[in-house]
Amino acid sequence: MAHSFPEEVLEHVFSFIDSDKDRNAVSLVCKSWYEIERWCRRKIFIGNCYAVTPRIMIRRFPELRSVSLKGKPHFADFDLVPEGWGGYVDPWVSAMGRAYPLLEELRLKRMVVSDDTLEMVSKSFKNFKVLVLSSCEGFTTDGLASIAANCRNLRELDLRESDVEDLGGNWLSCFPESCTSLVSLNISCLGSEWSLRNLSALERLVGRSPNLRRLRMNRAVPLDKLANLLRRAPYLVELGTGAFSSELHPDVFSNLSGAFSGCKELRALSGFWDVVPAYLPAVYTICSGLTSLNLSYAAVQSSDLVKLITQCQNLQRLWVLDYIEDSGLEALAESCKNLQELRVFPSDPFAAEPNVTLTEQGLVAVSEGCPKLESVLYFCRQFTNDALFTIAKNRPSLTRFRLCIIEPRTPDYITLEPLDAGFGAIVQNCKELRRLSLSGLLTDRVFEHIGTHAKKLEMLSIAFAGDGDLGLHHVLSGCESLRKLEIRDCPFGDKALLANAAKLETMRSLWMSSCSVSFEACKLLGQKMPRLNVEVIDERGPPDSRPESCPVNTVYIYRSIAGPRLDMPAFVWTMDEELALRLS
Amino acid sequence: MERTDTYERHHLKATELRLGLPGTDEPQKQSPATASIKSNKRALPESAKDCSSNNNSCASDVKDGDCACAPSSKAQVVGWPPVRSYRKNCFQQKKNEPDVSGMYIKVSMDGAPYLRKIDLKVYKSYPELLTALENMFRFTIGEYSEKEGYNGSEYVPTYEDKDSDWMLVGDVPWDMFTSSCKRLRIMKGSEARGLGCV
Repeated sequence: MAHSFPEEVLEHVFSFIDSDKDRNAVSLVCKSWYEIERWCRRKIFIGNCYAVTPRIMIRRFPELRSVSLKGKPHFADFDLVPEGWGGYVDPWVSAMGRAYPLLEELRLKRMVVSDDTLEMVSKSFKNFKVLVLSSCEGFTTDGLASIAANCRNLRELDLRESDVEDLGGNWLSCFPESCTSLVSLNISCLGSEWSLRNLSALERLVGRSPNLRRLRMNRAVPLDKLANLLRRAPYLVELGTGAFSSELHPDVFSNLSGAFSGCKELRALSGFWDVVPAYLPAVYTICSGLTSLNLSYAAVQSSDLVKLITQCQNLQRLWVLDYIEDSGLEALAESCKNLQELRVFPSDPFAAEPNVTLTEQGLVAVSEGCPKLESVLYFCRQFTNDALFTIAKNRPSLTRFRLCIIEPRTPDYITLEPLDAGFGAIVQNCKELRRLSLSGLLTDRVFEHIGTHAKKLEMLSIAFAGDGDLGLHHVLSGCESLRKLEIRDCPFGDKALLANAAKLETMRSLWMSSCSVSFEACKLLGQKMPRLNVEVIDERGPPDSRPESCPVNTVYIYRSIAGPRLDMPAFVWTMDEELALRLS
Repeated sequence: MERTDTYERHHLKATELRLGLPGTDEPQKQSPATASIKSNKRALPESAKDCSSNNNSCASDVKDGDCACAPSSKAQVVGWPPVRSYRKNCFQQKKNEPDVSGMYIKVSMDGAPYLRKIDLKVYKSYPELLTALENMFRFTIGEYSEKEGYNGSEYVPTYEDKDSDWMLVGDVPWDMFTSSCKRLRIMKGSEARGLGCV
């Protein structure tokens, strides 16, 4: 059948289509569109590195320039995934080194990256521009030295929240003098104990990077150095300070204040370790331009926080510690009418008694005062159904709602009832809700509400909740858009899992730890569903050394066209019968 | 479900607060399905503190535990509350403040009639230390550069390390410096020139 347009025209049209979803849709129209599309796709996002293999990716998309990969499941952030579980990027980089010499961007999240891999990256891709390592681990500053030394056109190096072993060398000085291409540098996760050599190298690097717009430094960069750095980079759009403390000295303050006022493009501020409150006013001149403020390391009192925040009338995102207290949040609600995202972190999560006055009142105030609020992460110690009703009524536009009441199974502190009705109101009113994290005392009823109403929900996190299988069944059978479900310490068992086996193929993954899933059920699921990888993670030894009805510690189930993985450590068992037989 | 009840009974038994000493047996309570709804009371402040100072051992106990194991103190559960580890470390730093012993070392300056003593623990970075020295002895130290040491200054800060070698202050990470520094000497420029240019 003749094409209506020649290939080149279609390719040109496709080049305007950026989103993965749309690209996928295009590729399903007909065989020739599939072919044209796959040759001109430049960017790919793989949400689970074990869902597909490098070979499959390369075979279908031979001309990629940008690859994003995610490895470990989200609960790895909270130490629930044992060391050595997997998520190695090395096989991907090896394969891409051969297949994509023109690769420009690599973005990894929760993956294990070695120094050798980084060296391979730095030498395989001549035009490499962007490296983002988000919550990754396994590499040292030596690996970073390779990247610095060999990537001639590096634009972005972002190590956000990665665990990097600092070998004390001076990798920053490995950027050649001729390297002036840096646009973004995020080393905020690096150590707090630098030598003057390191500081000096950073200053020189910043000084010769005229395109630098995002700079996030680590705790080791002292306040005294900040003014100089800012003067060398007055066009910064995003800044992460180092330690924000110094001997109180009028010179240091005025120098700093002057430097900040020279940075008229600043829109985002973060860092603020070890804050001495007297220095906070140094940033006041640029507050009105700020859209993002991360004070989640600033252990200062509410009054100091409020003085700063109330100057930021254009604030869209605020991350802060619970030192802000209810009163501070009320002030926030008055001043920052453009607020879209609020995250309140606990200053002392393990304290037996509350150390600050941060309650449900604070969040209610923000929900009342901030009409554009759509994303919430809130750690506190008490809540009520009423407060949840109010929040739901005030902000039906919420898309992400994560509430963490610190003590598991805490009821409504006034009525002593479960918080089922409150969360029910959230899912019923907030029709666009895509992400939800539950906490507090919850019965199966909350899951009934979620299954009935949360039709756009994509990610759900559950802990210490529910009565039995019915709860899980409600979620799996009702939540049509569900992609990621992570559960810990809930009495959910085999029945719901097996009854909804088919649903699991429509999701990216399901994590269940410290629940009531038996080894027997895992085996059955693995056998019945060949396109699911069912992995049992149990450090107590082989699951068949215990009665089959004994609950497994963790089961991690994800859809995959790659088959069971071959890099599993000793404490992970796949339920793939064939593989198990082969390896036994 | 029967299976669930047994599982819950195991866990609840281990975690419920008792009036007796730990280890003594209590008469078995009947735990119906509603047991899971009973909200566990907070642990006593003492046990919470104990556990938080032995953070790691508590966590590893739970990880290595078998079917019937549960955290012996209710205060610490692995991965709960869901706070990233780099956020936790931030605040322990503040708490570790009560550390009584200082790290006093002698500081000599060429040409000065007597020595001084400073507590290295008071400073958290090189710039802080150098500013303090400048104030104490009323002189200025130049800009540090990797190649030339301290540029354009009459005086250069040096220190004697564990091997009794005289080293230029600033080359190694701060914590390495504080752990190996035995004494400081502010050397006069002429002598120091050899040291500064490596």
